[in-house]
Amino acid sequence: MGEERKRCIMDTLLLSRIQFAANISFHILFPTITIALGWVLLFFKLRFNRTGERKWMDLYMFWVKVFALSFALGVVSGITMSFQFGTNWPGFMETVGNIAGPLLAYEVLTAFFLEAVFLGIMLFGASRVPGWLHTTATFLVAFGTTMSAFWILVLNSWMHTPAGHEVVDGVVVARDWWAIIFNPSMPYRLAHMLLASGLTVAFLIAGLSAYRWLRGDRAPATATGLRVGVMLGAVLIPIQILAGDMHGLNTLEHQPQKVAAMEGNWETQGNVPLLLFALPDEDTRSNAFEIGIPSMASVILKHDPAGVVPGLNDFVAEDGTVMHPPVAPVFWSFRVMVGVGMLMLVVAWAGAFLMWRRGAESLPRPYLWGLTGMTFAGWVATLAGWYTTEIGRQPWLVQGVLTVEQAVGDIASGMVLSTLLAYMAIYVALLAAYIGVLFHLARRGGVLYEPVSSPGMQPAE
Amino acid sequence: MFDPVVLPFIFAALMGVSILLYVVLDGFDLGVGLLFPFADEAERDRMIASIGPFWDANETWLVLAIGLLLVAFPVAHGDILTALYLPVAVMLIGLILRGVAFEFRAKAPLGHKRPWDVAFWAGSSMTALSQGFMLGMYIMGLQWTWPTVAFATLTAGALAVAYSFIGAGWIILKTDGALQRKAVDWAKGGIWGVVLGMGAVSAATPLVSQRIFDKWFSFPEVALLAPLPLLSGALVVSLWWALRRLPMEGDRFAWYPFVGATALMVLGFGGMAYSFYPYIVPEQLTIWEAASSTEALSIILVGTLFVLPVILGYTVLAYFIFRGKATKLSYD
Repeated sequence: MGEERKRCIMDTLLLSRIQFAANISFHILFPTITIALGWVLLFFKLRFNRTGERKWMDLYMFWVKVFALSFALGVVSGITMSFQFGTNWPGFMETVGNIAGPLLAYEVLTAFFLEAVFLGIMLFGASRVPGWLHTTATFLVAFGTTMSAFWILVLNSWMHTPAGHEVVDGVVVARDWWAIIFNPSMPYRLAHMLLASGLTVAFLIAGLSAYRWLRGDRAPATATGLRVGVMLGAVLIPIQILAGDMHGLNTLEHQPQKVAAMEGNWETQGNVPLLLFALPDEDTRSNAFEIGIPSMASVILKHDPAGVVPGLNDFVAEDGTVMHPPVAPVFWSFRVMVGVGMLMLVVAWAGAFLMWRRGAESLPRPYLWGLTGMTFAGWVATLAGWYTTEIGRQPWLVQGVLTVEQAVGDIASGMVLSTLLAYMAIYVALLAAYIGVLFHLARRGGVLYEPVSSPGMQPAE
Repeated sequence: MFDPVVLPFIFAALMGVSILLYVVLDGFDLGVGLLFPFADEAERDRMIASIGPFWDANETWLVLAIGLLLVAFPVAHGDILTALYLPVAVMLIGLILRGVAFEFRAKAPLGHKRPWDVAFWAGSSMTALSQGFMLGMYIMGLQWTWPTVAFATLTAGALAVAYSFIGAGWIILKTDGALQRKAVDWAKGGIWGVVLGMGAVSAATPLVSQRIFDKWFSFPEVALLAPLPLLSGALVVSLWWALRRLPMEGDRFAWYPFVGATALMVLGFGGMAYSFYPYIVPEQLTIWEAASSTEALSIILVGTLFVLPVILGYTVLAYFIFRGKATKLSYD
């Protein structure tokens, strides 16, 4: 292979990676909202069916609009991704298609159609179907989004911790579907992601409700939305911290190089400090400006101050080939995720305490502004978490089976660059429009609704 | 569990059905978007209302079709999509614009509605044109030369007009009054584009390869194929006859343009499938050469056989619930 051609492929590889990263980062924002929001909508609908109180229907009508918008953005960006497997990463399906194929097919068959068809009934069918069918449609949409998350996380987990397969002539063949689906990291990753979705929605609801309250919207739905959001956050965040810790221990077992990068730990040793700040440098293979809590990483990961934690230097081949992920991005995105998580803990519990003492109607204004500022905190934590785990998988695409470099397609780098720029421009514009419209809807808030008259919106007797 | 000779055929058939359903169902959605510039604002709201509950599920057939290509014929998936890299990207951006504009136009501040309408039209156009372009390139064996690109440009325009035609048929079916009369006029214009497009594809396809030429014109195969052009011709004539008389009293035959357009698409698709079978990458890769392992196909097929009837069932349910003329689109 000529030098020139080799350089070209490296450009294509880098650009294809940036393009896929941009696409999947944009995409995951919206399922993160719809997965949990579907269940919250079902909760609103069931509360309305039970109590007949107008505020529950107001909440339903407001958040179903956010759901519809988020769903549309999730669908279109998801379709883009499914095409990019073929256009940019043909080696992926050619090598692991026998595993990834059925999993993706089952996602489309069991989840995608279910969501898409019943979404129509959920959004527009209230005046045409009886109440029970509308409630059922809401349930099926929530169920469909969760099933979708299940299949996708099965595949993603399998890429991190492959199991139940065999490699025959360079192609992966399925041997045990039970082992493939319930691969070692799947339960942890699924729980961690579903909780992340719940927290994202909790802070989204709390944030927009706080914003409405600050704008003087005193509708009963505003205070109730505030209460639902803060309480959901307060309940989920400790569970999430626990689930995240267990996921980390699972990663330590199956992908030690990723944990080594998360901890910024170069040498396999005991008494590893928990670094609060450091600048990892892969040239010197050490950290600058370390600030840490002595032995704490050993305690967290091994429950013993002298516990031996794997180091990055174990993952360099004899010939100098680095087989561990780039350290600084993994190290820092992990800290961003944990930092936002801790902030969520403080804010949600402070809010729960304040509500318990003074009620949702008299929260202090600075606290409400804080909640408004954290409207999209879940996005930041979710993205940072995905960057930790996905960059932490490098240089592998499927751990131990296929590298990213082996999977990239042979497309002229100029072509990839042009599509990358087009996608980026659209994503930035759509993200701005999305956030703008959410706050616009919040400002219109209480004046949005016409009297409830359709059969699907009547409480059940 | 399943026969390795039959399995790829079943999957090719499933993929064909998905593509056909996509072309008909999202075809009318996209057509409605293509017709946007000819309608005023109130009419546009009503046009949107006529496709509101359906478009999301309609688009899912594309996901299933491309998913089946991906999982059942991974090598062909890579070959076809890398050859069509740019038109695929244009289509994806079009689909993004179309899908989000749909939601944004109803929720954005009032002053922003018009730009989102433009985005809706632009997204629908990009999607329709790039799909037509890909169709042309596929017929031409995925070779990028000046004549093939010229042909693909022709099919791009033809498919966009065909989508507009079935979209107009949908509007005739789902609306009444001035908008319905307008849609009849749109359909009258569109039908000639459909005739041109089907004519161009029919003229070019047998010239691409000797194999297809023989399949078309040697005896007794010619007898097999003959009903296709004859039926298509009869359909076009009857559609023209109906369009000149629509709308009729009591809304009689308002369903006919949509059903007729669907039948035309089915015939056109049948002709294509007949010509290219058994190749999935034209003249290069047959469905058996490109198929995944029998194990993988079997496990997908089991699920498909269970789930597909259910999907079809609730799709029919949705169309039944939202039957009749489209009214104002509202969430309650």
